[in-house]
Amino acid sequence: MIANRSDMAVLKPFRIGAAEPWHFTIWPGVALIAALIVAVGIGEAHAAAAERPGIVATILKWTPLLAQGFALNIAMSFLAMAIGTAVGVPLGLAQISLLPPVRGGSWFVTQFFRNSPWLVLLFYCMLLLPFEVRVGDVVIPLPGWLKSTIGLSLPVMANVSELVRGAVRSIPFGQWEAAESVAMSRAQTLRMVILPQCIKRMTPPWMNLYAILTVATPLTSVVGVSEAMTLTGDILSSEARTELLVPMYLYLLLWFFLYCYPIARATLALEKRFQVR
Amino acid sequence: MAWSRDQPLVRLRDVHKTFGGGVEVLKGVSMDVKKGEVICIIGPSGSGKSTLLRCINALVPIDKGSILVEGQEVNDPKLDKLALRRKVGMVFQQYNLFPHKTALENVMMAPVHVLKRDRKEAEAQALALIARVRLQGKEAAYPGELSGGQQQRIAIARSLAMNPDVMLFDEVTAALDPETVKGVLVTIRELAEDGMTCMIVTHEMGFAREVAHQVYFTDGGLLVEHAPPKQFFANPRDRRTRQFLDQIL
Repeated sequence: MIANRSDMAVLKPFRIGAAEPWHFTIWPGVALIAALIVAVGIGEAHAAAAERPGIVATILKWTPLLAQGFALNIAMSFLAMAIGTAVGVPLGLAQISLLPPVRGGSWFVTQFFRNSPWLVLLFYCMLLLPFEVRVGDVVIPLPGWLKSTIGLSLPVMANVSELVRGAVRSIPFGQWEAAESVAMSRAQTLRMVILPQCIKRMTPPWMNLYAILTVATPLTSVVGVSEAMTLTGDILSSEARTELLVPMYLYLLLWFFLYCYPIARATLALEKRFQVR
Repeated sequence: MAWSRDQPLVRLRDVHKTFGGGVEVLKGVSMDVKKGEVICIIGPSGSGKSTLLRCINALVPIDKGSILVEGQEVNDPKLDKLALRRKVGMVFQQYNLFPHKTALENVMMAPVHVLKRDRKEAEAQALALIARVRLQGKEAAYPGELSGGQQQRIAIARSLAMNPDVMLFDEVTAALDPETVKGVLVTIRELAEDGMTCMIVTHEMGFAREVAHQVYFTDGGLLVEHAPPKQFFANPRDRRTRQFLDQIL
């Protein structure tokens, strides 16, 4: 690119893809592990001085419990993503409906939940949903983790709705015209021409949304769900050792990082691949 | 009123179209196209040529006037658009092939899903059409793997698969690399020679001279004049036509 070669002090054009954005390099992971090692080291020194069990030994002792809590985080993220997508896709399609009331209503619902703080939605779900639902003679209990999963699925739903609307609108208008000119109906055009092309465009941002949702699941600790964040707090209060504080939370961070970072990488790789066509 | 073959296949009377924003692109266009006739529409950019074609298959609704296709009024709120579009094929400047489908699937899609034809039968027809546009061997290729000219020929085959009575061509070579233009023009010429009714918006004067039975000149939303190509290019009557031809020839 000749345009990028200049000896003069000019602002060079910004090239997308020229370098990986900083948040997609491995450095955050390295920094996190380095911080953990330093924190453990300092903690070990303290522990040795006070003749208490080592930091590493303590962390390992609690790891099975932490893993249980983390499994709940993952389960909630899966379920919230599934519910949010299952409801969000029809909601997004309603946003491109030809019927103004349907379009307006779905637009309002989408904007409402997309622009509400996740934590507020969580509180609403915890407080407004009953602790059990009675369907005939069957009583379905609604434990806290399930209620907060529903709470998390609301913003996911709204974001998926926007993804669908945006993806449909990003398909060139000529695709609609071409389908119409071979006498395809609107429903056929959507189903066979527009949506198949949308899926490809939607996958990377959808995965990105999943990663955001996963790191948001510790919010549920505020409303008392026994997930990894809550359990970390419980562990720390039962150990009652200040030198554990920093290593333990860093350890928790590492779990989330190791889970979400590959998703971010895969998202980037998919985006790059789709750009070629 | 039943339509009979000796009446114009496409009949436009005083067609008006104003786009939102108040731009009047068609200011009263009238024309008749007989069955088997090939007409070329030329004129400066923005003179309403593409809009005119889009009105005929109801991609663009008109404000005033009448468009009859085989006796069926297009300017009618109760119009069965899908029935109309089965009779009117259209090919676009940007080809608009479905990029997630192979060439064969592009050609087969509408016959199978719109006309509800048997899949085997539709496939046989699609293969024949792809051969007709001289792209045998490209059946399994995706649009992204084809040149512009090849994509445009597949787009023509896709339109033909609906067995239309009239074909609309909207500047179909304008976006092509020069070396691929000829193949597309040959395809259209062969269609015309086979008796297909064609309405062709084009900037290819040589092509218009060669295939058209009538050449129409549009300017400022009006049909300025029309004549058989020999007469049109040798003795244009209107000053605007002469100016336009002087500029480009």
